[in-house]
Amino acid sequence: MRCAVVRFPGSNCDQDCYRVLREACDTDYVWHKETSVAAYDLIVLPGGFSYGDYLRCGAIARFSPVMRSVIEEAGKGKLVLGICNGFQILCEARLLPGALIRNASLHFICRRVTVRVENMDTPFTNAGTTGALLELPIAHGEGNYFADEETLRSLDRHRQVLLRYADAAGRASAEANPNGSARNIAGVCNRRRNVFGLMPHPERASDPRLGSVDGKVIFESILQNG
Amino acid sequence: MRATVIVMPKESVLDPQGVAVREAIKHQGLQGVKEVRIGKFMEIELESGADEKDLHAVCRDLLSNPVIEDYRLQVHP
Repeated sequence: MRCAVVRFPGSNCDQDCYRVLREACDTDYVWHKETSVAAYDLIVLPGGFSYGDYLRCGAIARFSPVMRSVIEEAGKGKLVLGICNGFQILCEARLLPGALIRNASLHFICRRVTVRVENMDTPFTNAGTTGALLELPIAHGEGNYFADEETLRSLDRHRQVLLRYADAAGRASAEANPNGSARNIAGVCNRRRNVFGLMPHPERASDPRLGSVDGKVIFESILQNG
Repeated sequence: MRATVIVMPKESVLDPQGVAVREAIKHQGLQGVKEVRIGKFMEIELESGADEKDLHAVCRDLLSNPVIEDYRLQVHP
């Protein structure tokens, strides 16, 4: 499996993603001015503050030259993973439904949260267990998932919600929701299940030295497909 | 020519900035404040002859996100 970690001006989780993936497979950085990611089986859009979050988070990166190819490869069924700012870019590019707006509290939140794996019927979660709780860090000011009611119903109907914020008992309660996200949504995939975006950072929880290895399940799922 | 664009969060989207500012206005002592919504105002200077259709495309694809925002475009010749 060949993996691409796309770097936009302002990406800052690219090295973390690269380190995790490089241990298991052939991984390259791809600068956003590149025009093709066709050589890769997995394309990762890492976290950060692409273009300084100007206009809206991800709004400008979405028009970077590389994104035309990312959209094309996603259409062919290649795996695309967007983490944090990468998730915002995927929503702006309409590869994923909904949008990420300002946290309801208006605060930038940087701490570890618990998320519940909603289903393992995707290449991103199939090494996990439905209902499993993962401890993952979040670090964002705009992670409040928004979609209209019809879209939210459709996401549930097609089992596209892969992660929800939950408490220690696994309940997706209002208290466990750090940012006001609709229905405690922390990560969604597209209908075809080959594009996945999530606000928490699995790459920052994939090494015991970082305090948690719960994020590894996402990368193990992806890699076992390749 | 000049175009101005106003981008506002949709009615259905919670605007936590607007809520915080509404509270701040109340603390200033102004009575009867019901709601504050915060959007963006953009001025675009253009060479004359720009196609309004192209401007709408830019508003729709880049300057606003139709999932959460509405825009109003005004073109001043």
